[in-house]
Amino acid sequence: MIAYEVDSEGIATIALNMPDRPMNVLNDESAEAIGSTVRQAIADKKVVGVIVTSHKNDFMAGADLTVLLGVRDPKVHMERCRQLQQIWREIETGGKPFVAAINGTALGGGFEFCLACHYRIAADAPRSLIGLPEVSIGLLPGSGGTQRLPRMVGIAKALPLLLEGTRHSPAEALEAGIIEAVVPPGELLNAARAWLQKNGNAVKPWDEKGFKVPGDQVQSMEGYMHLVPGIAKMREKTQGNYPAPLAIMSCVYEGCQVSIDTGLKIEARQFAYLAAGNVAQNMIRSMFFSMGDANRLKRRPKEVERRTFTKVGVLGAGMMGSGIACGAASSGLDVVLLDTSIELAESGRAYSEVIFDRDVARGRIAEAERKSALDRIMPTTDFSDLAGCEIVIEAVFEDLAVKADATARSEVVIGANAIFASNTSTLPVSGLAGSSKRPESFVGMHFFSPADRMKLVEVIRGENTSDATVAAAMDLTKQLGKTPILINDSRGFFTSRVIGTYLNEGRTLLMEGVNPALIENAAKLSGFPVGPLALCDEVSLELEHRIYSQTKAVLGDGFLPRTGDPVIVDFVENLRRLGRKDRQGFYDYPEEGEKRLWPGLSEVYEPAPNQPGVEAVKRRLLYIQGVEAARCLEEGGILESGDADVASILGWGFPRYTGGVLSMVHTMGIETFVSGCVELMKSYGPRFDPPEILRGMAISGETLFAA
Amino acid sequence: MSDAYIYDAVRTPRGEGKSNGALNEVSPVNLAATALAALRDRNCLDTSCVDDVVLGCSEPVGEQGAVIARSAVLMADYDDSVSGVQINRFCASGLEAVNMAAAQVMSGQADLAIGGGVESMSRVTMASSGGAWFADPQVAFKTYYVQQGISADLIASKYGFSRDDVDAYAVESQKRAAEAWDAGHFVDSVVPVRDQNDAIILDRDEHVRPGTDMQALAALNPAFEKMGRSMGFDSVILQRYPEVEWIDHVHHAGNSSGIVDGAAAVLVGTREIGDALGLMPRARIRNFGSIGTEPSIMLTGPGPVTRKVLKRGGMEVEDIDLYELNEAFAAVVLRYMQDLDVPHDKINVNGGAIAMGHPLGATGAMILGTVLDELERRDLETGLATLCIGAGMGVATVIERV
Repeated sequence: MIAYEVDSEGIATIALNMPDRPMNVLNDESAEAIGSTVRQAIADKKVVGVIVTSHKNDFMAGADLTVLLGVRDPKVHMERCRQLQQIWREIETGGKPFVAAINGTALGGGFEFCLACHYRIAADAPRSLIGLPEVSIGLLPGSGGTQRLPRMVGIAKALPLLLEGTRHSPAEALEAGIIEAVVPPGELLNAARAWLQKNGNAVKPWDEKGFKVPGDQVQSMEGYMHLVPGIAKMREKTQGNYPAPLAIMSCVYEGCQVSIDTGLKIEARQFAYLAAGNVAQNMIRSMFFSMGDANRLKRRPKEVERRTFTKVGVLGAGMMGSGIACGAASSGLDVVLLDTSIELAESGRAYSEVIFDRDVARGRIAEAERKSALDRIMPTTDFSDLAGCEIVIEAVFEDLAVKADATARSEVVIGANAIFASNTSTLPVSGLAGSSKRPESFVGMHFFSPADRMKLVEVIRGENTSDATVAAAMDLTKQLGKTPILINDSRGFFTSRVIGTYLNEGRTLLMEGVNPALIENAAKLSGFPVGPLALCDEVSLELEHRIYSQTKAVLGDGFLPRTGDPVIVDFVENLRRLGRKDRQGFYDYPEEGEKRLWPGLSEVYEPAPNQPGVEAVKRRLLYIQGVEAARCLEEGGILESGDADVASILGWGFPRYTGGVLSMVHTMGIETFVSGCVELMKSYGPRFDPPEILRGMAISGETLFAA
Repeated sequence: MSDAYIYDAVRTPRGEGKSNGALNEVSPVNLAATALAALRDRNCLDTSCVDDVVLGCSEPVGEQGAVIARSAVLMADYDDSVSGVQINRFCASGLEAVNMAAAQVMSGQADLAIGGGVESMSRVTMASSGGAWFADPQVAFKTYYVQQGISADLIASKYGFSRDDVDAYAVESQKRAAEAWDAGHFVDSVVPVRDQNDAIILDRDEHVRPGTDMQALAALNPAFEKMGRSMGFDSVILQRYPEVEWIDHVHHAGNSSGIVDGAAAVLVGTREIGDALGLMPRARIRNFGSIGTEPSIMLTGPGPVTRKVLKRGGMEVEDIDLYELNEAFAAVVLRYMQDLDVPHDKINVNGGAIAMGHPLGATGAMILGTVLDELERRDLETGLATLCIGAGMGVATVIERV
């Protein structure tokens, strides 16, 4: 666990090296070992100074989150926190200088260990990350991070570091003032040794008399200028749904007005409050565990050998095709970008040019990379150019005939082993595969727009799709740096179905005469990035109308109109307000300035005399999505609850504090959710009818997640 | 229970609350002492008969700290037996101080007391005393804290007052204030501030801009737009008021209360002490009260507190002859008139803080004096003074002439 040695000069080295783990993490065992080694070094009369480092590539990745998940008793978290704080405090006050030789990534609790040391030197290792990212999983740095950081760099600099949870390169960490030196990896230990030999100051500034937090004091006009707008900004960003940023601000605000030991107590209580609470539990479950499962391709058919792609064909250079091409090229794949005219194909490539230029301007990529990535995209109109593509992704117009034609013409050219993937958002894959000569190699890959940025891909297994094809599509997704969720075929798959209910509920509320501002603000307050009416405009009412007409035509008598469909018909057929692209939809989009709700809405849909409260509107927007997601799970469209969470967060920005669409149901409690649905069903109709799977769980006490 | 009568009410003129304002050179304790000395001199007051001096001050730190009321009492050469207390109810401190003085009288615990207030906004700037309300993240978060200007802009957005509406109100305030000054309506109650050589430093409100018109105001940029949009405050208040789509930032320096320096004092006592000292009561304090309202919109307290106080007094809105509502922001007054259906010709008839300024701790006592003066001039009976208050409160006082 820990290598401890003392050299002839009395310099002790504590090197972390947890057995059977790729990275060092903080858990009860490692904390215990660190504590006893630290105490040993302090007690050992021969020891004059201590180097803390690691024998793994990283220094320490942070806390072991398995320890936190499912622990709902704040006392347990509090105790763990205090124990760790105690060890760090012993390092600080033990009278011997400690230097952190940060050989690699040091995050969270790992970096807090470093902060407890008297000096921090980082190796300039290429992928090394340093910081306190706890806020991203709903926590705060609970072993002194919120107290030591402002005492080192002042509240103005510490607040954004803690609130944004930024992970820094060693050079950036130096710039931010959270470490003191960066040296080449080979010189790390010598530099640490040299610091001990030369300075070896073993007293922290805050343990000296008359210490003042550097920079602006909390209780000063200047201090207020950091805090007061900071609190408002935080609320703007979180919509009040995330307790961690508020707790962090309180730790800094209160902690910097008292001694460090009192500050640590304040911090530990806030940590325990967060760690035991719903939001952190949700975020740990989905952002760490479920997301981890998805990124490790847990649902990928295991027997199939991993496949790496070098050349991809993209059919259709519209918004979606251009985005896919851009993402593929920047991931190092050769791309054949095909459209009906060379101008269209070229304009698809031009999209990448804009993106890459911006990346160069922002310093994200070098000019050489820009050029080689762009060179990898070959615009064409000739299907024979698809020869050699290991996979072809079709992103043409959402129309059966057009898609069938693209499939047939590609299959003539591509190799026997190549995959054909259809990027469809709603049309069932098994139906599309009907036009394929080799349906076992036909798969759905539903990208999200803008496809170069959006992380989610729904990989849709059709009736005849083979395991090998499913595996390959997931491999490609991973290769593109994206997260695949495996879906079984059905109309709308998962995300489109659930988003559809969100949009429909927004339109239904509008039809009922609910104040449109209230609808949109209720959605934002729930944590959605965009309200349902604005999202309708973005998607385009015209497209919604087309899908509506198409589905109606295909399903015939089986078509079940949705409650909000009349709004689509009104807007497209009567009002001719088609959405964002048209500069008029539910909103007006002026040439200059921000969009505003169309004042005519109140004439089309007469305002209801009794407006619902905001909580009632939030409830409908959230519940309807929970119901639909559970239906997908019940029908087997989505395989596991965790997949639904990941897809909802990455796919349409379902609020992370909920943990995702099914974690939301889990957190409410299935019984509560089901009885809420039943109430809503009584008032608003059968769309809120809770699926059997949930009704059953409500009785049996089963849950959607283990913890 | 005794009745509390107002025997006199004085105020200093209001100086611009900045470093080139006329009263910037005068310490707040001297401003307060000026008002107290005037009460004594105008009424040939045996100050040993004064039981207590209650002064409002909204930033009671630095030279306004350490119970400035007691220091002012001593600086005004009152008898050593006169105690002093400083209270803070933000913008309504001055009226609250009068109410507290009256409460001592009405409860039979004092015969004669002074309520008033002081604020040197040029010397002790706003937010000097800090506070959990806006700086403690837990409190600011829980209360959806925004700056008052954002709250005022929300009131305009929520209740439908356009930029033209608020500007028109401001133009009228300036016009009324200028006319009232020119007609001498304030002369009897405004006590010049003098130096130690008895030279006059200021004898007239400095902030008034006679001749202000719509065009001049139209040129002013919204004061809270940048703050609202870029610092997150619009989002905060819209989270509290999700029925509102958009904050229309209509307020600016020209339709908001002026930042000024000043002090005021009101002499309150029983009928018996007046008789004993040969003083003529000018009005009876009928009743008063305070209320809390939603803290984020903050400035809508005057309506509810008016209803509360009128109800307690068995009165209706129409029973009040003249209203004074502090012009913190134009939309506050417009909302009050809308809320209670008070006609513009019964409220703030001599202008208000948009024209003359709002020295936070003193204004409440000033407007009580103003409404009393005007009741006498018009020979009317009942007046009500009220103010909106930070963190969502309201205070109101009803007086009637005797």
